[in-house]
Amino acid sequence: MGLLTVSPSPHVRSEMSTQKIMLMVILALVPAIAAGTIVFGPRALLLVIFCAAVSMMTELVCRKLMQKENTISDGSAMLTGVLLALNLPVTLPLWQAAVGCIFAIAVVKQLFGGLGCNFANPAITGRIFLLLSVGSDMTTWAKPFYYLDAPFFGLFETSGSAALDGLTGATPLVTGDAGLMELLLGNTGGSLGETSALALLIGGIFLIVTKLISPATPVAYLGSLAALTFVQVLITGGEMTDVLYALLSGGVLLGAFFMATDYVTTPITNKGKIIFGIGCGILTFVIREFASMPEGCSFSILLMNLLTPYIDRFTMTKPVGAGTPEKEGA
Amino acid sequence: MNNLNTFTKGLLKENPVFVSLLGMCPTLAVTTGAFNGLGMGLSTTFVLICSNLVICLLRKAIPAQVKLPCYIVIIATFVTLIQFLLHGFVPSLYTSLGAFLELITVNCIILGRAEMFASKNGPVASVLDGAGMGLGFTLALFLMGSVREIFGSGTWLGLTVPGMTGHTMSLFVMPAGGFFVLGLLIAVVCKLSSRKPPKKMGCAGCPNASACSAKCEEA
Repeated sequence: MGLLTVSPSPHVRSEMSTQKIMLMVILALVPAIAAGTIVFGPRALLLVIFCAAVSMMTELVCRKLMQKENTISDGSAMLTGVLLALNLPVTLPLWQAAVGCIFAIAVVKQLFGGLGCNFANPAITGRIFLLLSVGSDMTTWAKPFYYLDAPFFGLFETSGSAALDGLTGATPLVTGDAGLMELLLGNTGGSLGETSALALLIGGIFLIVTKLISPATPVAYLGSLAALTFVQVLITGGEMTDVLYALLSGGVLLGAFFMATDYVTTPITNKGKIIFGIGCGILTFVIREFASMPEGCSFSILLMNLLTPYIDRFTMTKPVGAGTPEKEGA
Repeated sequence: MNNLNTFTKGLLKENPVFVSLLGMCPTLAVTTGAFNGLGMGLSTTFVLICSNLVICLLRKAIPAQVKLPCYIVIIATFVTLIQFLLHGFVPSLYTSLGAFLELITVNCIILGRAEMFASKNGPVASVLDGAGMGLGFTLALFLMGSVREIFGSGTWLGLTVPGMTGHTMSLFVMPAGGFFVLGLLIAVVCKLSSRKPPKKMGCAGCPNASACSAKCEEA
């Protein structure tokens, strides 16, 4: 009888749910969170938990106000909070982090209809909102292991506090003097999630192996950025390690694996994903080299988010056997 | 339409900025501060009232073929007047408004009211319409300017707002913040006037329908 059972579609069933995917992605971020906590001290962990809590609270309040079902249990708000926290400098005042989370969840996500309807990645947009709003606090980078010299391990010290004098510096992306090994392990300044390239790579590979993300976007993104840097090295003369330096410094790895692979705001087809990744790579390179901003990763992903509907339209797959109406008549 | 309604419709129901989305250029450009917004709004109100009055008095004398150039000449006259007045009495405002003061001449609210209202109605109604629309515009600019100044610079009309020192967000005084605040204020106004988006786009849902001269085909 089993062979004769007739049921409506969908015929392919999966144990995967939104909640599981979100938790897996957060699991993949654990190495980066751990690296950030080791390099920047307990305040990094505090910021991650704080952002996740504020994001979930905002989600709860928004859904209540809009009289829609409560979606806090799908974990997407928590993931947004964690991702946003990983994009912040460790010394950012808590109220600013809270404003970023509220903006990301309330304005970018819930005003457009909640998970699945947001036009751009909430965490990226929250970061850009903060970068444009409180630029100086967002670009004050604590030196690695600064917390060993700060009172209370730097738990209560925010940027601008006198106790942090001499404990902050530019990111290696600007100075360009960090060693590749330092970049790999995270012994450099920067946002609390982007310091250790190794931790991000572990998380990214975990997501690819578990088939949660397709390798198309990260490979296209990092590949195009590497290719452009390679051409630049050929033209201006420099060392080949500059190519690796471009990939390992700044937020590119975090962006490529965790932001540019967001299901909602990136293209569906593989072809579209490759176009998306290459676009991100080109924009990041252009912003890094020619614009006044030190890092272009978040802006490039936001811009490509906005182009995603058009990429999707151009790369739409044709159903098997489908033809144009004219041909059918002929 | 009675006179009171002619005046009040411009304040909220047909607010040129929040409902008709006219005059976006000065709305976004000069509202980095509440005082600038107020100055721009009142200057526009002055020009709007005067030009509405003159255009409605001359509406029989102006030939239809050249009405637009005539309107522009009349409006430009009053713009020049207010420019001299501001230059003489409030030079700081004159400097900060800059080219946007001269651009009142081609502000689509003024041209729109001349075309839609003053060229069809009597002097009393035209003046009231100009005052209502102008004050609606002023209200919108003042609100925009207040929000952006308080959050962006921590001051209001130049006075320091307690509690905002060190808590300002420069996004609000940037162009992107202008669009952001405008969007939020439009949402609030829609909520206050409990306006629902039209089921289908057409003349029925258009706030300018009453004044529109184009004949609607689908009706």
